[in-house]
Amino acid sequence: MQDILQSLGLAFNLMWRLDPNLVAIATLSLKVSGGAVLLAAVLALPFGAWLALARFPGRDAVIAVLNGMMGLPPVVVGLLVYLLLSRAGPLGPLGLLFTPAAMSIAQAILIFPIIAALARQVIEDAWDEYREQLLSLNATRWQCAEALLWDMRFSLSTSVLAGFGRAVAEVGAVMIVGGNIDGVTRVMTTAIALETSKGDLPLALALGLVLIFLVVCINFAAQAVKSYARRRHG
Amino acid sequence: MVKAAQRILRVNVFGMFTRPFRTAFGTRAKSTGLCLVATALLLAAGVANSQEKFIIVASTTSTQDSGLFGHILPLFKAKTGIEVRVVAQGTGQALATAKKGDADVVFVHDKVAEAKFVEEGFGVDRREVMYNDFVIVGPKSDPAKSAGKDVIVALRKIAEAKAPFTSRGDKSGTHAAELRYWTQAAIDPQTGKGTWYRETGSGMGPTLNTASAMNAYAFTDRGTWLSFKNRGELAILVEGDARLINQYGIMLVNPARHAHVKKALGRQFIEWVASAEGQAAIASYKVNGEQLFFPNYGR
Amino acid sequence: MTSILPLSVRDLGFTIAGHEVIQGVSLDLAAGSRTVVLGPNGAGKSVLLRLLHGLLQPTGGTLRWAAADARRHQAMVFQRPVMLRRSALANIRFALDVAGAKGETDARARLALDRVGLGPLAERPARVLSGGEQQRLALARAWALQPQVLFLDEPTASLDPAATRAVEDVIVAMHQAGATIVMTTHDIGQARRLATDLLFLHQGRLIEATPAEAFFAQPRSAEAAAFIRGELLW
Repeated sequence: MQDILQSLGLAFNLMWRLDPNLVAIATLSLKVSGGAVLLAAVLALPFGAWLALARFPGRDAVIAVLNGMMGLPPVVVGLLVYLLLSRAGPLGPLGLLFTPAAMSIAQAILIFPIIAALARQVIEDAWDEYREQLLSLNATRWQCAEALLWDMRFSLSTSVLAGFGRAVAEVGAVMIVGGNIDGVTRVMTTAIALETSKGDLPLALALGLVLIFLVVCINFAAQAVKSYARRRHG
Repeated sequence: MVKAAQRILRVNVFGMFTRPFRTAFGTRAKSTGLCLVATALLLAAGVANSQEKFIIVASTTSTQDSGLFGHILPLFKAKTGIEVRVVAQGTGQALATAKKGDADVVFVHDKVAEAKFVEEGFGVDRREVMYNDFVIVGPKSDPAKSAGKDVIVALRKIAEAKAPFTSRGDKSGTHAAELRYWTQAAIDPQTGKGTWYRETGSGMGPTLNTASAMNAYAFTDRGTWLSFKNRGELAILVEGDARLINQYGIMLVNPARHAHVKKALGRQFIEWVASAEGQAAIASYKVNGEQLFFPNYGR
Repeated sequence: MTSILPLSVRDLGFTIAGHEVIQGVSLDLAAGSRTVVLGPNGAGKSVLLRLLHGLLQPTGGTLRWAAADARRHQAMVFQRPVMLRRSALANIRFALDVAGAKGETDARARLALDRVGLGPLAERPARVLSGGEQQRLALARAWALQPQVLFLDEPTASLDPAATRAVEDVIVAMHQAGATIVMTTHDIGQARRLATDLLFLHQGRLIEATPAEAFFAQPRSAEAAAFIRGELLW
């Protein structure tokens, strides 16, 4: 209990005086995971919409696999991306290993199934409501998908945020492909792991509290924007 | 480059949320998507290339976590302008990383493994540049009565008492050293697996955390121990044995095997560490007034 | 422009899960009429409309329009209008864009809004409009497409009398502008007000197809007579 109180105090102190190290690490965390979300969403939202509207043999299997992939183990994704980006791997010449870009890529792979699967569900539910109207207008599948993606933007923002939450909180993948290099690839979660391994548990927990605080703040902001927009757009 | 990418990013992200798509399938929606992909790639490339003059050093947690790198690398950068990016892993993993060509320089502590690494042609220009020493930590009450100077005797007593002992079990330099002492003591710790001998399969810090929580003995390098905070009831019990010397070696990843290795920058770093200036920098690093690493290049 | 009418329907059937929803329907639809499909709930009115519009594929019989590409010259208004989460104007523009309309789509969309009296609400988010306004917007969206045939499925079933009146006025205006109207209702009063021709449907079968005047003056079938008298049919 003593430790936890100490951590709370420490967390507050770090944030209050905007500790430059903390700011740098937290900023990198947000950039890396933000990039991952961007990359994943650009691919996963259209894919989810396509899967919602498409009918083909084996579709149920694809959905089951996609849903299952929501629980991808970060370490496995990290290893996979590591082997791809390693100098000895197929994408080695890009020289991306141990860079923030590599971390974004790993996280993007990790959260692609989350965003795609949730988007698929949202779009499929909406499709029930919109189907006849859109087909009556002679819209093509792709036009339907596009219209639904835009119309469901408030609900989809929740799936994207879920992806962001998972990306920013995972440590296994970024540790492997980022290498936790001080000032270059050290993010909140790898810093927490480092402090834990140095036995500085109160500091590790304090960093964890800061991370939780940041994520909650972002969700608060998103929620506020969302409910304002919903009131305006119905 | 990064700035430009960020500018594109900002414009499009805000554009996307403030304006509905004006057309159903029109160019705007499509180009927005393409822009986003392009931006993400640009951003990735920009971040990757933002620092031109740097090398990657695969090293161990002991040098990183003890704060040694935090002390000497800024000095090196001030002199040469070269940024050293340290990926801290166990020695085994660090060597594996280097074998794949993912590092320019290796800075580790496992003579046997290093010799093999060089012999197989993965590394060149190996130099022994510093040492510190290993210690055995354990509960202050010392139930196995292992305290003293002789590491072999201490290990025998721990095994006889079947006192809990946490080992890293991760093929790191420290793990390899620990196993060598068990062999010298003619004990196979695997017989105690599942009872008193516990392999954590993780780094030095997590292993010490486990030892602290279980009040167990552990074999560690002094540097990590000195900067380790979650000690609980643990204290140093065995130290000062000449056999406990922990030698660090530094070497360049063989550019003949991996053409992209930054050999000029890497050599510059190796030579600096071995130089009088680098050696002095190592010697001057202290935690609570205690010197952690002892330079010994050429000795 | 070649006319897609007359429409010739022969022995049309629609079976779902072993249940014959529509059976043996034959009819001819001429240009210029205001045809009302009348019948009790569950008679198959909505299904028939969807078959004619092409939203459902018949399981039997034939359906032949006078010109190819007939779908492009039809529009449909549903009982519950489905509006996209964007402004009233943007909803109409969406329909025009999907239909591949070229040129002054903005002017066309605004004109359609003016015709249904929604001009001042052009920039209002469509989903926050009242039920009656949304239904008029749905009519404006259909009108903008300049269809030769307009299908309406119970367009006023969930509206109050004032809104119903407004919607009926628009329907009449669209008819005067040249559209052939086919609508379903279970409201005899509405059928009397709007119909030039009448299709009476009962239990999936077409019982009567006559000019409206004749139907109300002297129904030929017992079911129709009972329905007009306000008796419950099943």
